[in-house]
Amino acid sequence: MKKWQDNKGWLFILPVFLIVAFSAIVPLMTVVNYSIQDIFGPGQRVFVGTEWFKEVLTDQRLHEALWRQLLFSGLVLLIEMPLGIGIALLMPAKKGFAASVCLVTLALPLLIPWNVIGTIWIIFTRPDIGLMGATINALGLTFDHTASGLHAWITLMLMEVWHWTPLVALLAYAGLQSIPPAYYQAAKIDGASSWSIFRYIQLPKMRGVLTIALLLRFMDSFLIYAEPFVLTGGGPGNTTTFLSIYLVKIAVGQFDLGPAGAFSLIYFLIVLLFCYLFYQALLNVGGGEES
Amino acid sequence: MKKRYITLTIYLVVIMLPIYWMLNMSLRTNADIMARLVFFPTDITFSNYMKIFTDPSWYNGYINSIIYVVMNTVICLVTALPAAYAFSRYSFIGDKHVFFWLLTNRMSPAAVFLLPFFQLYSTFGLIDTHIAVAMAHCLFNIPLTVWILEGFISGVPIEIDEMAFIDGYKFPRFFFFVFVPLIRSGIGVAAFFCFMFSWVELLFARTLTTTAAKPIAATMTRTVSASGLDWGLLAAAGILTIVPGALVIYFVRNYLAKGFALGRV
Repeated sequence: MKKWQDNKGWLFILPVFLIVAFSAIVPLMTVVNYSIQDIFGPGQRVFVGTEWFKEVLTDQRLHEALWRQLLFSGLVLLIEMPLGIGIALLMPAKKGFAASVCLVTLALPLLIPWNVIGTIWIIFTRPDIGLMGATINALGLTFDHTASGLHAWITLMLMEVWHWTPLVALLAYAGLQSIPPAYYQAAKIDGASSWSIFRYIQLPKMRGVLTIALLLRFMDSFLIYAEPFVLTGGGPGNTTTFLSIYLVKIAVGQFDLGPAGAFSLIYFLIVLLFCYLFYQALLNVGGGEES
Repeated sequence: MKKRYITLTIYLVVIMLPIYWMLNMSLRTNADIMARLVFFPTDITFSNYMKIFTDPSWYNGYINSIIYVVMNTVICLVTALPAAYAFSRYSFIGDKHVFFWLLTNRMSPAAVFLLPFFQLYSTFGLIDTHIAVAMAHCLFNIPLTVWILEGFISGVPIEIDEMAFIDGYKFPRFFFFVFVPLIRSGIGVAAFFCFMFSWVELLFARTLTTTAAKPIAATMTRTVSASGLDWGLLAAAGILTIVPGALVIYFVRNYLAKGFALGRV
């Protein structure tokens, strides 16, 4: 796309730049500060170099939390993306009452504060007062997410899929809506099967919105905190202790600023790396598909 | 065709089940909840809701949440609009780098920034104010807003701008009276996302407030641990947190699909 060559653009982005710099760069420098010093109290600090980084990088529990986190994000994407696309394909294409009902219902879980999501599912899965818990018990199975790690994971995945699949569906639906009717008419004349319509018309047209969905879902599932915290507090044992939960445990729970700072930086770098890879992919998609 | 709608209906019902269950519990007394499991409550009571609407420690939570969410949405839109315009229309030194840097902030873990934010806002004496939470939420909402709006703006051909300038429009007049109306559905979508992510965020909101600006989500967490477990009250409060969002989604429902379709990304 044609653009004007002009450094005046900086004037326009100055407010955004200042606000985000204030909330991002200053705190990040504080974290760097923590990570290379041992802080006993106000004014009492010793420079320790990379000691905290060594400690954190060899921390077994951190490795476990990282693998757990990757597994979780991977599963979330594997389930939510196809399911979301499927739901979007089922939704009525024409605007009207039915489409409105679908849109509003789909968006509801997205608008619930994250800790309330946890609360809803605690209630819902309780064997004594929850619908799901009671139903499963009535079937003769025992289900308790506070005692079994596997059950905690199942509950979390259910919760996550329930919570976020609608976002994928909404974005995919928006992508589908952008396809001109002429495309379908042409496909009909050619006698295309519904699979080839999906594969050669709908999927390519949804590529942009699906990339957004993928990015958003990856980021938010990788940073998940409130839901598992409310549901199980990272337990039972450490089975649902994800990176954020472990970090907050160290930083706020034990108040170990040094390791917490080093951990934060490493966490941040991991996220940054993934982000860069996705961003490159995004640019390639944009460049290759521009019509 | 028939099968398709049945599947869809089943999915929508499954989505509604946990929410319906909470609604169900919010309409019953705690004793009734513990005593039996009923799908359709018979003795409906609004006492849980009455408690929330009459107890200041409850309803202030809602007011606080709404205040900082609105502040955040306004700040994000006002600053992100010109920025998105610049990213879409101009090429200038470091534009790609700044754009990427902005996006990284959408992806930075909130937990990383928790302690530094507390220190930072303490230094400025802003702890327990609405503006502190609104500013903190800018960290992830501004990048998202810029990103969404940039897509919409790039959907408007640059020739429209050039034509307007040839016609003798001064920039501010062009921007506010010609350009902003052109991308209003984009602004609607961006506002929806700002509202949504600020409304549901808890970690910052809880850390940066103590009493005067305490959000409803934090009030609920406290109730869970403090006053034993009053399930009915908790459920009623949860239902009420969905209401503002449901209203917003109702107003932008038509933009939502059309809006994204216009966006380039």
